[in-house]
Amino acid sequence: MSKIDMHEKQKKLKTGLEYIGVDRIDGPLVFIKKTHAVGYRELVECVDPSGATRLGLVLDTSSDIVCVQVFEGTSGLTMPDTHIRFMGEPLKLGVSEKMLGRVFNGLGHPIDNGPMPVAETELDINGMAINPTAREYPKDFIQTGISVIDGMNTLIRGQKLPIFSGNGLPHNELAAQIARQAKIKGSKTNFAVVFAAMGVKHDVARYFVRSFEETGVLDNVALFLSLADDPSIERTITPRTALTLAEHLAFNKNMHVLVIMTDMANYCESLREISTIRGEIPSRKGYPGYLYSDLAELYERSGMVKGFSGSITQLPILTMPNDDISHPIPDLTGYITEGQIVFEREMYSRNIYPPVAGLPSLSRLMKDGIGEGMTREDHPHLASQLFAAYSYVKDVRNLASVIGEEELTPLDHQYMEFGEAFERRFVSQKMNEDRSIEETLNLGWECLGLLPQDELHRVTEEEIEKYYGR
Amino acid sequence: MRERIIGQVRRVNGPVIEAKGVTDAMMLELVRVAEVRLIGEIIKLEGQTAVIQVYEDTTGICPGDNIYGSGMPLSVELGPGLIGTIYDGIQRPLEEIYKISGHYIEKGIQVSSISKERKWSFVPEDLKPGDIIYPGEIIGSVQETERINHKILIPPGVSGTLKKIFPEGEYAVEDPVAVVETKDGDVNVAMLQRWPIRVPRPVKERQPLNIPLITGQRVIDTLFPIAKGGTVAIPGGFGTGKTMTQHAIAKWCDADLIVYIGCGERGNEMTDVLTEFPKLIDPRTNRSLMERTILIANTSNMPVSAREASIYTGVTLAEYFRDMGYHVAVMADSTSRWAEALRELSGRMEEMPAEEGFPAYLPTRIAEFYERAGYMNTLCGKEGSVSLIGAVSPPGGDFSEPVTQHTKRFVRCFWGLDRQLANARHYPAISWLESYSEYLLEVIPWWEQHAGPTWSDDRAEMMELLQKEVRLQQVVKLVGPDALPDSQKFIIDVCTLFKNAFLQQNAFDDIDRFSTVEKQMKMLQVILTYYRRGSEVLKRGGTLVKLKKMSVNQDIVKMKFNVPNEDLKLLDKLTARLERSLDQLESVYV
Repeated sequence: MSKIDMHEKQKKLKTGLEYIGVDRIDGPLVFIKKTHAVGYRELVECVDPSGATRLGLVLDTSSDIVCVQVFEGTSGLTMPDTHIRFMGEPLKLGVSEKMLGRVFNGLGHPIDNGPMPVAETELDINGMAINPTAREYPKDFIQTGISVIDGMNTLIRGQKLPIFSGNGLPHNELAAQIARQAKIKGSKTNFAVVFAAMGVKHDVARYFVRSFEETGVLDNVALFLSLADDPSIERTITPRTALTLAEHLAFNKNMHVLVIMTDMANYCESLREISTIRGEIPSRKGYPGYLYSDLAELYERSGMVKGFSGSITQLPILTMPNDDISHPIPDLTGYITEGQIVFEREMYSRNIYPPVAGLPSLSRLMKDGIGEGMTREDHPHLASQLFAAYSYVKDVRNLASVIGEEELTPLDHQYMEFGEAFERRFVSQKMNEDRSIEETLNLGWECLGLLPQDELHRVTEEEIEKYYGR
Repeated sequence: MRERIIGQVRRVNGPVIEAKGVTDAMMLELVRVAEVRLIGEIIKLEGQTAVIQVYEDTTGICPGDNIYGSGMPLSVELGPGLIGTIYDGIQRPLEEIYKISGHYIEKGIQVSSISKERKWSFVPEDLKPGDIIYPGEIIGSVQETERINHKILIPPGVSGTLKKIFPEGEYAVEDPVAVVETKDGDVNVAMLQRWPIRVPRPVKERQPLNIPLITGQRVIDTLFPIAKGGTVAIPGGFGTGKTMTQHAIAKWCDADLIVYIGCGERGNEMTDVLTEFPKLIDPRTNRSLMERTILIANTSNMPVSAREASIYTGVTLAEYFRDMGYHVAVMADSTSRWAEALRELSGRMEEMPAEEGFPAYLPTRIAEFYERAGYMNTLCGKEGSVSLIGAVSPPGGDFSEPVTQHTKRFVRCFWGLDRQLANARHYPAISWLESYSEYLLEVIPWWEQHAGPTWSDDRAEMMELLQKEVRLQQVVKLVGPDALPDSQKFIIDVCTLFKNAFLQQNAFDDIDRFSTVEKQMKMLQVILTYYRRGSEVLKRGGTLVKLKKMSVNQDIVKMKFNVPNEDLKLLDKLTARLERSLDQLESVYV
């Protein structure tokens, strides 16, 4: 037998070998010396002195020492009485369609007192990179019934569109409303919602459950809850478990899956926690240098793939620390996702729901999903005109705050009026109001009607003829 | 390629592997790790330890696994078959991988970069046995696509006398097409050659850069031109349109070949290029744009170390085509992701960090990369160029961060993207205040020869107006617009017109997406005529209200949409109409 075969055989033989006692415990990390050859990212079972099993993952392996991250936390572990088993394979999740309608913890174990669903297949929760040549470019318009999204920042099937919010702003309400109202024009399809909660409060989780219950969609929802009082380390695995199920539903069961992940800020904080304990060199604000790659691993697990009719649309929610959009978490997210819906506290305090800031919000996939045959032929130009006019409104308001409203020119007064109408009538709507795309676009024209015709540079003459001032 | 065991894994930490027992390995050698044969590269040697950066996911790698050396540095394969292909960061064809492993990229897949089976029709040059052969000489050609005639070059390092050249016919890339007698014996020259990605390909000499790379984007060509062989940085926060600008240049610039590197960016953006480019028609050749494009896609979720390699892979491909005498433009989107990959790897190797965790050698690496651009006399005696256009993604849109700052030191052209412009959906959001081009003086003679003798004066006049406008806007912010005299309000008015009618460009409009040099010049002149003659009218006592009411103004705003590049007479007519309207106004006040 050659040396290579020996080494491979040894690896197989020693898999499952149990080690009694560990050498160091630091936060969620456990270090064991002098093991057999353990694979990088291998799954670990860790039996605590009471006999309960916790799961873990190998973060760093070498011939001298192995570093294991324990998802359920290390509280209660003792140095001599902890048993460690290396499982010889990466962390896998048994997935099945039956998981819809159920509630799980961050690792995918049921917490609704029901039995573990029988798995149809087992998948590595880290997923794999989708080949860019295999992707289908997303361009199906999703009608959310919310004017500021449908009209100005259109959501497309297969898109990843985060909500940048702040503490106390109604992001949960908006996410729930989108989940309730989202539909594809003129088609009835299999849909499912996968909900991943990371470090959110119990009330928030309950709010979503109730909201799904009330609309009768709960049977199409799988919830993965790692709440605020669960070990913070579990949060790093929660979105991966959720996305693994989403991928199964989308690409093996041809369903259209909407994944809501809240709150990404908590996820990033858990990453920072582990990174600090491991003594890694930090980059900005103490976050690890690989935060971008790590977030990309999650966000890029969305989209459509050639040959499959299913899709994954992601709606991550993140609260910007101190409402600062240049904070590393929203900043890196914005570089990966295909646009962003940004909330503005000032609009919220003026009682506008949803308080979506007009200018910094953006949908990158919008250009290919709107217009003739998809929404309506005037949509692209109308949206562009509304953006341009609203941006001028912001300038006028700044000017007015310095020189006073009376000093403004008559044209600027008209713009002020337009701005008010745009925010109060177009952006603002009720939490259960479901507007069709036509209603949304007509509302947009109604607002533009407050401006003189020769101010409209971005719409064509035919469109003015057809819609302006009607 | 002889494979040999050079050592065993000692430690695995993400994409960085430490190996022990290494006695026979060279720096930057291409290695394969474990029985799954993950591709890696040796980046540090110390005693019997080697540090290896692995280009694939290392899940499951154990201490004790073998490491196989290949005896050569990480290289790309060069030859017919490159164009129109989409590669990952280490030149593996993604379409082939799709055929093998489905929609996910599995580990350890070994596919050849260029098809070894496909036959190409080789046409030899007029050479005969006994001719002196020097490195880089063209010995034949293959018509790879309608627009690219792929020249077959003698690889650098091979020289001697020609022993045999094969006749015209069908050959696979590894078949010999010539035999050269060198002082070390006979060498079979095939169409395929290999070149290490971190070493610039040799050239004869550098040339001055005085021909602009025409991009068809007005704000770039007219205000901040880039020369063929030049370097540019495009920094901008997310959503300011870096990728859109790069796409627009890749589509419409007058380079012969485009290498587009998607380095750590979104998967769907590469899919967008893949679906859109084959449908778009190049206005200069009436052929599909894909016939001049090579894509390198290493999206953000693909392994980070391959991201580090991807920009070198891209530049090496570009240099190869430059050596045939082509003008190549390389888009790197985004170099910040590349710098972050350096930072991540450096952190994993526990190196001492400099600014914001970036390694101290970051500026050196950036300089090395941008210095691979240039307008060259190639070894075969032709002229070719590589232009580098690098996007930079500064965290928080703050240009004072290390990557932007160091990049600024090594590029000569800077197109800063402005958040405010992007928010108002003014695209391309290139700020006319922050941007600059050091190539301006060098390309003025070309422009004056091709567009008109007044180009540089006209351009300077417009730039000055834009500067004045900024100061006037500050006054307006304090006291309101009514406090300004008509002549100053007119400057603001002209600048607004210039921004709407000239600087803003709609990438999705069939006419506006691309403007020829002549159209740009004429549009600039229309606006300057409005300004110069308008100022005269105001001096004679005319009012701004009357000037703004001229019906011709509406047509000036829309000239970018209404005047096709082929029918510039319409612009002359527009100028004539403008002159007439102004004549009428003026006649009132004489």
